[in-house]
Amino acid sequence: MNILNINPLGLQLIVGVLIGIGAGFLGSFMVLKRMSLVGDALSHVALPGIAIAMMLSFNPFFGAFGTLFIGIIGIWFLERKTALPSETLVGILFTLSLAIGILITPEPELLEALFGDINKIGSTDLFLTAGAVLITIILMQKIYKGVILDIISRDLTRSMGISVNTTNLIFLILVAVVVALGLKVAGTLLMGSLVIIPAAAAKNISINLKDYTLYAGIFGALCAASGILIAYYFSLPPGPMVVLASGALFLVTLLLKEKK
Amino acid sequence: MYMEKVLSVDNLAVSFDNQNVLKGISFSVEKGEVLAIVGPNGSGKSVLFRALLGLIPYSGTIAWNKNLKTSYVPQKLSIERDLPLNVEEFLALKESNREKIIQALQTVGLEDEHHIEKHLLRQRLGWLSGGQLQRIMIAWSLLDDPDVLLFDEPTSGIDLGGEGTIYNLLKKLGDQRNLTILLISHDLNIVYKYANNVMCINKEMVCHGIPSEVLDPKALARLYGGETSFYKHEHFEH
Repeated sequence: MNILNINPLGLQLIVGVLIGIGAGFLGSFMVLKRMSLVGDALSHVALPGIAIAMMLSFNPFFGAFGTLFIGIIGIWFLERKTALPSETLVGILFTLSLAIGILITPEPELLEALFGDINKIGSTDLFLTAGAVLITIILMQKIYKGVILDIISRDLTRSMGISVNTTNLIFLILVAVVVALGLKVAGTLLMGSLVIIPAAAAKNISINLKDYTLYAGIFGALCAASGILIAYYFSLPPGPMVVLASGALFLVTLLLKEKK
Repeated sequence: MYMEKVLSVDNLAVSFDNQNVLKGISFSVEKGEVLAIVGPNGSGKSVLFRALLGLIPYSGTIAWNKNLKTSYVPQKLSIERDLPLNVEEFLALKESNREKIIQALQTVGLEDEHHIEKHLLRQRLGWLSGGQLQRIMIAWSLLDDPDVLLFDEPTSGIDLGGEGTIYNLLKKLGDQRNLTILLISHDLNIVYKYANNVMCINKEMVCHGIPSEVLDPKALARLYGGETSFYKHEHFEH
């Protein structure tokens, strides 16, 4: 369905770039919070949700967001109730979800769910993506102080009357939103790279937060666009190409960092 | 002279996993007082601060005067060298007005405005030396014009030459602004020189009063266990 009359490649590029911006920007905070692998693992929690959406034919974004949201609330809650670190909890949850997801995903769609397929997007996805990315950036502006301070000292943050719990919960929900969006581009197995690599590349060349978060967003957009274009012209799957483009960009920034 | 109490603590106890970390702590703090808290590692000094700030559950009473603004400088900050956050952005997490930030930095002895604007504010937080970071943290704590400052001294990372000046600075700021300062210290010389009162704790109160009166060898032995050579050092003027 394409009510906007944009050609398919154009639509892929716009949606891809928007997702790249959102994933890069939010990823920059995830990298600082040392959550990059948590984000990677979490993306697998989306698989059962995608499967359910495919079976009942509604937009996989909502299915993915649904299971991610449940997963995130579960982790947020269990972290408080048990002494287990979130790493362990995410690790358990992610393998269980992947197992369930593989069992219930219809076989013809399994590859798409695992590696993403941005060829299959419509204009609804454009609106959905634009709205979700905008909300993510706005909410992040509201909570970033608490997020950054919490990295430096949790006691200091709490002594200023900032609720670390609420901040973390909002942050995790934003992670769920961005991961659910990114599945279109990179699928459950590769989504992690969209949040980690552009941010890691930006960190190589930035000394302040403003540049860092800005570059992470720009790099995310660049990688998505170049990956989608290369995939289109060489008839390759876009997901892996986006990840490879990010990898190349990371190497370039690493060289720039070493030169400094 | 009438002194206004800013804090009264009565029979404070804190326990983690049914183990007493602090018990039976009672004291009060007057406005403008510099109270040093000393004790061996693991004696509950930092725990006391966290309880005073309401960050952890406790029993007993902690009564702060109403409408007091407290500022806290924790002992440990996890600032990695490559954290992409510069001094200005860090201070802006608390105060968005740039003028106020520059003023606070000038208050802590970084007077050259050109240096502040062109270099210091743009410096990565993780690249600062221990002494510089401490000054920045004191500037941070002064940003919202607090009445009470809780300063948990870092155990390492400060060059000895610089240490005296940080306390000179705290003392000066305390006098100028009528700040009440609670400070955790590991150095008894600092306590003798800068504190009006000292409180020794080792899970419970060991001594409390004017440093030169209460820090006798007996109290220090009870505090640090056994014989201690860590008694008042004589300082000679050169």
